[in-house]
Amino acid sequence: MSVLQALDLRRRSASTVAPPPAGKPAAVEVAKLIDVSKCIGCKACQTACLEWNDLNQAIGYTDGTYNNPTDLTPASWTVMRFTEYEHGNDLEWLIRKDGCMHCDDPGCLKACPAPGAIVQYTNGIVDFVSENCIGCGYCVKGCPFNIPRISKTDSKAYKCTLCSDRVVVGQAPACAKACPTQAIYFGTKADMIAHADKRIVDLKSRGYQNAGLYDPAGVNGTHVMYVLHHADKPSLYAGLPDNPHISPLVGLWKGMLKPISLAAIAFAGVFGLMHYVTKGPNRVSENDERKAAELAGSDRA
Amino acid sequence: MSGDGKAVSRYTTGARINHWITAVSLILLALSGLALFHPALYFLTYLFGGGQLTRAIHPWIGVVLAISFLGLFFRFFTLNLWNRDDTVWMKNLGAVINDREEGLPELGKYNAGQKLVFWGQSILILLLFCSGIVLWDVYFADYTTIDQKRLSAVVHALCAIGAILIWIVHVYAAIWVKGTLRAMTRGSVTRGWAWKHHRKWFRQEVGKP
Repeated sequence: MSVLQALDLRRRSASTVAPPPAGKPAAVEVAKLIDVSKCIGCKACQTACLEWNDLNQAIGYTDGTYNNPTDLTPASWTVMRFTEYEHGNDLEWLIRKDGCMHCDDPGCLKACPAPGAIVQYTNGIVDFVSENCIGCGYCVKGCPFNIPRISKTDSKAYKCTLCSDRVVVGQAPACAKACPTQAIYFGTKADMIAHADKRIVDLKSRGYQNAGLYDPAGVNGTHVMYVLHHADKPSLYAGLPDNPHISPLVGLWKGMLKPISLAAIAFAGVFGLMHYVTKGPNRVSENDERKAAELAGSDRA
Repeated sequence: MSGDGKAVSRYTTGARINHWITAVSLILLALSGLALFHPALYFLTYLFGGGQLTRAIHPWIGVVLAISFLGLFFRFFTLNLWNRDDTVWMKNLGAVINDREEGLPELGKYNAGQKLVFWGQSILILLLFCSGIVLWDVYFADYTTIDQKRLSAVVHALCAIGAILIWIVHVYAAIWVKGTLRAMTRGSVTRGWAWKHHRKWFRQEVGKP
């Protein structure tokens, strides 16, 4: 799905990326805003996603809920998650469109060992480059949102691309285009935040005192944001993480452990070499041989 | 006592084959593992036919190593039980690495360093095997949580580095102490080598404890 040029990359997995050349205007960060309060759960976005990305989700099974398919798959990059939230005598049907959040600090990219298999463009979109993907599943461990799925067919990881191929030619993602209630907006991140603010004022005037924007700071913000009526409790929405961040274990594994380990191996090698150079080989002396022969001698005579 | 009358038999053919299967698997695992551990070493994936193949083959080599090492474990673990002389030997490690072994207790088939290599690798390979299964997504992805996989990734990396460091000590010792390598290539050592490094074992071999 890599249709943008290398110069438009901000980050590249397992690589050192030089900053964009001087003189190039700073890229505009884009974002998708999903207004959960306006979603009717029609799944037009799911269908549009399959259609635009030419995906073929095999027919599965129903688990008795509206969740269909029941989870993200290598061919279903977005799914609606339905939650029945009961409080007091009230019942709310919370419907959240799940999929890649396009973290500004992407855990998948940090965890990926294959150079260039995951990239982040200067506009903020995080994209998987299938030809470089080795199917190790490290992105699954890096992701704070449990999004990437590894295909059993070709052993490559898949997730929402934020329709990077549409965005590069000035189009909104297919899901946003298809949404009949305009619950999905797309534009610059600044515009999306401004729009969310208006929606939040409206929701508060309707009694949703805790309405707010979900743009979690733990991953330095996301390029897919939600307007939630209960922004104080994101986990109500089918387990949306309250405070997502890259796991400290992943930070250790992909951070300090790498240089320290290679340094330790290099040190051991150099220590051995220096020992040999300074002490010389440990040889058996003629005296040892003679004494050994004396001991063994009578035995063999 | 073997063949030429001046050599002392140390390893059977079976033990040697077992050792070298383990050795080759460990080296291949280190190369393929390091390739996926640090981006600077990603080029090592070319040795295995690319990233996808490296990712696919690494766990299978791990299975070979686990089975092969299990063989070594059962062959040698009784000879590697710790005793009081080993503690004395370890306290005099400084003298040992300066090639001044005189005055230290006579040693059986293995010295304390070799025993530590044995037990170190035994524990690390067990941990590597268990954490490796958790990371083997092709077959076992559905059996563990993502948090367990994250922990396994750290454990796997730490243990692998530990095993590589022990391997360096092991190989260097064989290079430094002349006459050692032939024990694993031809199966025997000279009498002088046995006298110098493992006298108690040598006495048992010649029947004069």
